[in-house]
Amino acid sequence: MKLTTTLLASTAMTLASSVAFADGHMANEMTIVSWGGAYSASQQAAYHDPYAANTGVTIVNDESSAEAVAKLRAMNEAGNVTWDVVDVVASDAIRLCDEGLALEIDVDTQLADGDDGSKASDDFGDLLVSDCFIPQIVYSTTAGYRTDLVGDTAPTTICAFFDTDMYPGKRSLEKRPINNMEWALLCDGVAKDDVYDVLETEEGQAQAFAKLDTIKDDVVWWSAGADTPQLLADGEVVMGTTYNGRLFSLIEEQKQPVAMLWDAQVFDLDGWIIPAGLSPEREARALDYIMFATDTQRLADQAKYISYGPARASSAPLVGKHATLGIDMAQHMPTDPANATNTFLYNYEWWADYRDDLDAKFQAWLAQ
Amino acid sequence: MGTAVYNGEVPTPSLTGFTLPITAAMGAFFGLIAGQSTGLGGLLGIAAGAVVGAIVAYILVTMVSYKTGRWGAIVAIGLIGFFVGGNLGLVVGLIAGALLGWCAYWLHLGKYRRSLPPYATSGQVLWHNSFKFICGAIFFFLIAPIITIIPLSFNAENFFTFTPEMLALDPAGYSLQHYRDFFTNDDWLRPMKNSLIIAPFATIISVSLGTLAAIGLSQSHVPFRRAIMAILISPMIVPLIISATGMFFFYSQMGLWMENTFGISKSLSGYIKVILAHAALGIPFVIITVTATLVGFDNSLTRAAANMGATPTTTFFKVQMPLILPGVISGALFAFITSFDEVVVVLFVGAAAQKTLPWQMFTGLREQISPTILAVATILVIFSILLLATVEILRRRSERLRGMSPA
Repeated sequence: MKLTTTLLASTAMTLASSVAFADGHMANEMTIVSWGGAYSASQQAAYHDPYAANTGVTIVNDESSAEAVAKLRAMNEAGNVTWDVVDVVASDAIRLCDEGLALEIDVDTQLADGDDGSKASDDFGDLLVSDCFIPQIVYSTTAGYRTDLVGDTAPTTICAFFDTDMYPGKRSLEKRPINNMEWALLCDGVAKDDVYDVLETEEGQAQAFAKLDTIKDDVVWWSAGADTPQLLADGEVVMGTTYNGRLFSLIEEQKQPVAMLWDAQVFDLDGWIIPAGLSPEREARALDYIMFATDTQRLADQAKYISYGPARASSAPLVGKHATLGIDMAQHMPTDPANATNTFLYNYEWWADYRDDLDAKFQAWLAQ
Repeated sequence: MGTAVYNGEVPTPSLTGFTLPITAAMGAFFGLIAGQSTGLGGLLGIAAGAVVGAIVAYILVTMVSYKTGRWGAIVAIGLIGFFVGGNLGLVVGLIAGALLGWCAYWLHLGKYRRSLPPYATSGQVLWHNSFKFICGAIFFFLIAPIITIIPLSFNAENFFTFTPEMLALDPAGYSLQHYRDFFTNDDWLRPMKNSLIIAPFATIISVSLGTLAAIGLSQSHVPFRRAIMAILISPMIVPLIISATGMFFFYSQMGLWMENTFGISKSLSGYIKVILAHAALGIPFVIITVTATLVGFDNSLTRAAANMGATPTTTFFKVQMPLILPGVISGALFAFITSFDEVVVVLFVGAAAQKTLPWQMFTGLREQISPTILAVATILVIFSILLLATVEILRRRSERLRGMSPA
């Protein structure tokens, strides 16, 4: 009995001290929310590690960006916001800003000037799509294909997805209407400039669904960015769409027999927001972090680890070689002229108006 | 050959009408798998497998003795496999040879009805063996998914894929890099530490409270026993996602209150919240297991102890506790595993600072399909087996020491 008591007591003591130890470490820490995977790793190397080294702040990564809007709403309702800085796509930032869940930023005073002396507002330019949003990268949703499974003629256009005679086999597409509807119309003969006008009408939507119907049996639907790389590596699909950085990692780092199909890639923005309702100390620290992490050099540094284009114009000339592979990164950027010969401009405002409606229709179509 | 020769008490079954067709069917099954995986086509595989199965059965039962036959079949089919499918073919061939050889002799020597009385009808023999086969199949389907992840965790590539190198059993296709990643990467070490902090504390709380509750609820004079029991068990019955949503709002307020009243830091209050939430989930398991052991507890022992002047506390620790200890320990084990495996509640109640292993595995699966998850899963499977085995050994030992043998 005595032995048991001693054992129990000492276990409890050890556990208590380990909590206390953990606690001491976390006193000066901030929680940064991002997407996980190679993307979080690039932020860790380019932003978090140097910032922690400069300031002694411990940075905790939370990979919850996918449900950032829902979680921030819940936290706000519960009156207990545990996040300090959140990485979201531009459309989510616009929603959060509209709902008052994100802090409004005065770009010129709260962000660093460009290295070339330009004001921050000029340096980011058109990418400042919301008052709360600090752009970080330009990425694109684009396609890749298995070089060994597509036969002798490699696909050159996005319409290869709809050509099951020429390229038999499964293809993976994202499980949401955005991008898929536009591509379906483009491949059904609609001119690029007319896509959103056509998609506004009932007939246009029916046309897009009819085009998607032709390949419905051949599609594997993905919902996480890691799905398509896994499916391509398995050879389970012959082609698939995902974020261009995932494909870069698949091709250059994992050496899989996959090639990029940049045709009709859709640009999108990703960046930071600071949640509204932080205590003054936490808000000051979050702003300090943002000021550091979005300066010209830091944005260019991130491109050493992942092939997403920096959001500042002044960062572009500083993009160098990959940190471990030593290859030139400029040619892997979605914005590189050779890759951007045919790009599709994603219309934020249009989707803000039509998203709920089309989401419902898309889900209903999937279930048919 | 086809005539019944009495071999002990079991007649030798017909070769052409019984042993050959069944072994051929088994061969066809292996042939189907081989045909599909080598790309020769399922039908060709079935045909070739059936022929090989029939030939093996014929040669074994008519020409060679048991021992030579078993080994001969293994070597011969192993070699065929090697020429068709390389290293992997060799392994599959060895297994197929062992099974085909076993099957042929099992049938021919009448072993299939050895455990049945001689008067059992053919229908009873068939059902007996089908039943065994169904049990085996259930076991296989329970275990196979868990076994599959173990070789995949040694993948040299960053995908959940059996690469051609792995299938050819080429050492270059295997590596320990994902285990190395787990033990060096802070993204995994921190959740590991959190899990090891949260689970033991949650277990201690659920065991203490659950045991006391079970003892109280087993007393006949407690009012509203059934209602209280139902409330205490409810975390097990209510869908987890609903408990989690409720807990999110409840513990958010409680966390703020703790921080403002006691001035404790956000991360400490975060740990307390998750530990309390997990303890609530673990309590039903402890109550159920301890109540079950209390059913067999003889209450005259406590009265005897009281008669001899022991206080209720002494009685509890010296008399009751040692007897119900097996129930307490298995309840503790369930509580520990519940907390250690739990992902829904911690996603709601915890902040990133309290990220546990299942949480990290969950986000890892969604955002980056990395075999490190499989390495962790393998480690956890081995850890669980060791934990359960240790507890079982200790339990048997204590029962032996006390002169009770397990039933």
